[in-house]
Formats: sequence, structure tokens, C-alpha cells
Amino acid sequence: MNTSKHLMTAAAAVALSVAVLGATTGAQAQSRDQIRAVGSSTVFPFTTAVAEAFGKGGKFKTPVIESTGTGGGLKLFCAGVGPAHPDIANASRRIKKSEVEQCAANGVTQITELKIGFDGIALAYSKKAPDVALTTAVIWKALAKEVPVNGKMVANPYKKWSDIDAKLPNEEIEVIGPPPTSGTRDTFNELAMLEGCKKVPEVKAVIADEKAREKACMTIREDGGYVEAGENDNLIVQKLNANPGAFGVFGYSYIDQNRDKLKAAKMDGVELTAGNVAAGKYELSRPLFVYVKNAHAGVIPGIREFIAEYTAERAVGDDGYLTDKGLIPEPKEAREAARTSAINLTPLQL
Amino acid sequence: MTVTASKSHYQSEEFARRLRGRYAAERNFKIAGIAALALASLMLVVLLTSIVSKGYTAFQQAQVRLEVTLDKAQVEERNYTAILRQALYAQFPQITDRTGKRTLNELLSSGAPYELEALVKQNPAIVGTTQTVWVRVDDEVDQFVKGNFSRSAPESERRLNDAKIAAIDAMVAKGTLVQAFNTTLFSAGDSREAEQAGIWGAIVGSMLTLTVTMLLSVPIGVAAAVYLEEFAPKNKWTDLIEVNINNLAAVPSIIFGLLGLAVFLGFFGLPRSAPLVGGLVMALMTLPVIIISARVALKSVPPSIREAALGIGASPLQTVTHHVLPLAMPGILTGTIIGMARALGETAPLLMIGMVAFIVDIPHGLTDSATVLPVQIYMWADSPERAFTERTSAAIMILLGFLILMNGLAVFLRKKFERRW
Repeated sequence: MNTSKHLMTAAAAVALSVAVLGATTGAQAQSRDQIRAVGSSTVFPFTTAVAEAFGKGGKFKTPVIESTGTGGGLKLFCAGVGPAHPDIANASRRIKKSEVEQCAANGVTQITELKIGFDGIALAYSKKAPDVALTTAVIWKALAKEVPVNGKMVANPYKKWSDIDAKLPNEEIEVIGPPPTSGTRDTFNELAMLEGCKKVPEVKAVIADEKAREKACMTIREDGGYVEAGENDNLIVQKLNANPGAFGVFGYSYIDQNRDKLKAAKMDGVELTAGNVAAGKYELSRPLFVYVKNAHAGVIPGIREFIAEYTAERAVGDDGYLTDKGLIPEPKEAREAARTSAINLTPLQL
Repeated sequence: MTVTASKSHYQSEEFARRLRGRYAAERNFKIAGIAALALASLMLVVLLTSIVSKGYTAFQQAQVRLEVTLDKAQVEERNYTAILRQALYAQFPQITDRTGKRTLNELLSSGAPYELEALVKQNPAIVGTTQTVWVRVDDEVDQFVKGNFSRSAPESERRLNDAKIAAIDAMVAKGTLVQAFNTTLFSAGDSREAEQAGIWGAIVGSMLTLTVTMLLSVPIGVAAAVYLEEFAPKNKWTDLIEVNINNLAAVPSIIFGLLGLAVFLGFFGLPRSAPLVGGLVMALMTLPVIIISARVALKSVPPSIREAALGIGASPLQTVTHHVLPLAMPGILTGTIIGMARALGETAPLLMIGMVAFIVDIPHGLTDSATVLPVQIYMWADSPERAFTERTSAAIMILLGFLILMNGLAVFLRKKFERRW
């Protein structure tokens, strides 16, 4: 009978020690021996691959990468200096001035920017179909919910590609793309829809208010012209093969893996190749960034080495392991310049 | 008189009809029960078959045998990739062109050089000699060997081209490419490459998290239950507390995650992704469950036990610790283990405190970054590679195994210590 009493006392003691341990480790959080990164889900597959290779080097712990989205990641990144805050932020767009100011207000005054490469968005179709050349303006006209006709915005009247331009195929407009929750969809909205819309001068004449215009530009039709598929890209490929007239919206990495099945439409006369994207000729592309907190270099072990790994030829080079994962590398000279400034932790100037 | 009267009553047509009706009702009730049970079992069988049939192949992984020459200069340069490639080319002397060689290179796992490096570090004496080693192949080759890629599809629709398939077939025929038990799955942490990914990191993370949860929630929960059931006066305040505890048991788990983010990370400054924080959050979540089940167990101890103890002069504390609590223990343990099993399967609150992350290293302490089994399953399920599909199912099987183990323990403890009155 006494044993149960002892048991109780022991359990209470253990609980107490856990609580004490919690309190002491709270103080220990002042030091951290593992790099932490947050941010964009588009950059996530690249940063995790670099983190894994970095960890396999054996000198440092493998960094922990969370996928929080670019905005959320930069918010965490800019929250302050110290081990409680992440060292690295992945971003699928350049850091904004407001975010840099937010950072500075919290003491994060020096940030190193790594431009790791590019991501391209393709409008791809079955290899069985004849070649098609598109422009962003055509894409916008094909997919917008409302288009200007005779000085008024009306529900999109275009049913076939040839309704927009007689040179385009006489096929029903059917674009299979990602749902609004996807990052690819955000990029597609910004680069294809918004930019395409800007090239249609009538829109500006019809909608004067800039905000309302932007909203109208990025609203995609819901009458069957744009089909929301799940996030499963394999399914989209099957559908494209079954229906050679349809187009699919993919990230570059997917096209790269499936060049034997799909081809990407020319955009304003430019083919989707790694070279054209890197040279900035292909419109539907965006640079990808990684931001590093300079104040953490030398405090959190391995930051400089991690930057070195991320900028090394074996990672971001033309045959680097990140290109296997679908990254479009920067041109060689740009890479080398970026490498030097990154390793020296040259602070970002906007 | 009465006997004959009742006899005639028992033999009456009316009686026989009612009796038949009652038997029929009983039979129908039994049939309904059996049907419900059969339906439930059928669903369980369907679920398990689907998981097992998809996942059992993950317990094997294709490996290739290579005769590697560990050249001293190359080892010093850490150029293990070149060593492996040379060994692979040696198996295909007819392939000399760049494209052909690249095809061969793609057969090997990108983790193979690290495997070889680990081997050399373990036994530096092998440098300068030729050794037979088994290294893992790329996940797509593995999937092809397992028959998960169709061979009959035209080349343009296949993940592997004809040259690669020819090389694989040649190696399988020679016996240098075979399937072996997938030890990596049980010994490694997460990885972006399916053939190098394992769940050991997640298992350790789950164990650390549950340890913290148990050490906090069991003593606190039982103490709270004992006080409320045995000592507390029955008044407005205890009623209010009881209502709140019942209410907390039904609160969605993500709320506890938000609380953890604000209190443990925000206020106390504990590290993100740490099993310590995960355990604290889970402890808050399981506390109400444990308190409620412990109170039920204490209530089921007959009052006569307490009266007898008090009657022979035991103090209230002695009554509780010597008699009531030991008798209630089986029920308390059952409730605790069921609460722990729920915590083992929980992911939502961990999202808020950074435990849903890509973590390669195996955690060694309560403040190391870690993830847990269900999170690992979720992250693998999200990966596009086919090799992760089978690994997802395999991880589910392992999680189910742990749950069965815990629930089995609960049944065992109850059976062993249960007292019937």
C-alpha cells in the first residue's frame, strides 16, 4: 500500500522536474546550433535539398526548413535578431521595401540576398497537337471573366481560340490549372493574367480605378474555360494527352521532367528554355530568393558554410543537383558575382 | 384447477403465436447485431487491405552490387561519386558514350556516395583495396523493379527510357540488382529522396513528445480527479470547474496549438519545433480526458470501501492513497492510455508550434527539432514521387502498430488489475 504513495510522490517529482527543465531550456534557447529557415513553398524543395546536402557534409546539423509561404516567412524572419528567430527566409519574390523597414525596426538591419535562380510557368499541351504560339494578352482574353467589348466589360464571349485571333487553332478554350490555394496559381495570376491585361489598352479605358482594374484583370472565368484540377500534376498530363486541344498550367520543373510528353507554348515568340528564362526573355518567370540574417553569421554555426553550399556550382550550377529538382540557374557570370557578394555577406541595398 | 387452467393457457393458440413472435424478435435483434459487426469488420478489412497492399513493398528496397576500387587520391578528395561510377561502368564495358554513361549514373541513389563514405570512415583500412559493396539505387529504379511502372507503355510515357530499362534488366539477370530489407526506412530521418527517407526521426520525436505529455498530464490529471472526487466540497465553484473540464475535452486541438504558440513560444521563449513544446501542448489537450476518466474510475469504487477504511480509523488521505486509488488504477490507466493514443495521432496543434517541418537529423533531446509520426505521414502523402506513396502506407502501418500496442496494453492492464464486486 505504501508503494502507491511512493509512486505518487515520484510522479509528482518527475512532473516538477519536467517543468523545471522546461524553464531552464527556455533560458538555453539563447543558443542554437541548427540553422532554421522559413518561407515560400516554391523555394522549399530547393532549400530542403541544399539543407540535406549541407547536413551530409557532416560538419553541421541539417537545417530545419518550414514551409510558411513567402509573406509569412518574411514576417517571422523580420521579427528580430536572436536564436528565437529564423536565420533564413525563402521568398518567391523580392523582399518589399516595407518588409525591409519592418526588419530594420526590429533590429534586423543587415540582410544578405541570394538570388538562387528562376522559376518559370508554362502553358503546356500534348505533344500530339500542332505547335501554338501564345501571348500574355491572348491568355488574358481567353481566361478573364470579363473582357472589354465596345467600351464595356462583358462576360467573356470567346469560346474558341480562333475567336480571339484567327491564326490560333479552331479549338475550344480549355485550360487546366491549379486551384487558388496553389502558389503556381498566384504566379500565373500575376505574370500571365495581370501582365496580359496591361497589354490590352481597352481595359484601361473602361475601368479607370486602378484597384478595380487589377481585380478585374486577375479574375478568372468560371464558365468552363478554366478547369481547376487538383494539385496532382500527373492527372493534368493524362487529361492533356486525352484532349490534345487543351492546355495545362505547370511549373517549369514539371515540364522539364515531362518533355517527352508535353511541349510548352511559345510566349510572345519566346520558347520556354532554361536559357531564355535566365536571360529574362521568357515572360512567365520569376526569380527566387533566399534571405540571410547577417547578424546570425558567426552566432549560429554554419551560416556562411550554408551560403557557400547554396551558391556552389554543384548546387545551382548548370548541372547542379537543384537543376534536377527543376531550378533554372542564373547565367554563369551572374552566379559568380552573386557567389562572391553572398559569401562576403554584402548587405542588401534597396 | 389453476394448473389445468394455466396449462390450457400455455397451450393456447394465442400464447404460441406470442412466443414465436418474441423468439423472432430476439433472432432478428441478434442478426442485426451480427450484421453491424460484419459491416464494421468489412470496412476495417478494406482499409487494412488497401494500406497493406500499397505499403508492404516499402519494406524492401532495391540494391546494386558494385566492386569498388577505393583509390587513395579519390578518397582523400571525397570523390566517392566517381569511385561508384567507375565501378558501375565496369559492369557495362559496351557503354562508352556520354549519354549512356549518364543513364547509368542516374541508376544510383544520390545518397550512395555517403553510404560509401560512411563505410570508409568505419573501416579506414579498406582504402586502397577493392571491395564488394551493396548500395541503394534511385527510387525510380526501385519502383520499376517492384513493378510499379508499366513496362508496356510507349517510351514517351514512361519515367524510365529504354536504355535505363535495358541496364536494369541486365543487372537483375546477373543478380547484381536485388531487393533487400529496407533498413533505411527504420533507421533514417526524413529525406527529399525517397530511397533515403526513413521514419526513425519521427518515431523518436513521437516518443519524446509523448514522454513529456505523460509525465505532465498523468500526475496532474490524477491529482485533480482525486481532489474533485474525494475531497472537494460540492458547490458552485466545483460545478463550474467540472463544466469547464468537460468543455475543454471537446475543444478542437488546433486551439491548443494556438495557445502553445502564444504561451510557450511567445511568452516563455521555448524553441520552435521542440518535442518539449509539443509535449506541453499535448499535455494540455489530454488533461481533460484523463481527469474525466480518472473521476469515473474513482466513482466506481464502492463507498463501502471508504466507509470501512474510515471506520477502522484511517485518515481520509490514507483512505484514498491506500484503498480507493489502487482500486481505481485500472480504470485510470485505461483512460490515460487512450488519451496518449489520441495524442500520438494528433497533428493539428503541432502545425502552430513548428513541428510540421522538414527535419533530417534524429532528435536527441527535448529541445532538438523534431517531427512526429502522423506529421511525417502527412508530408510524405504530399510528395509527388511514386516511391513516397508506398512509404506513406508503410508509415501508416507502423503508426497503426503503435496504436494497437498501446490499446493492447490498456486492455491487458485492465484485465490484470480489474476487481469485480
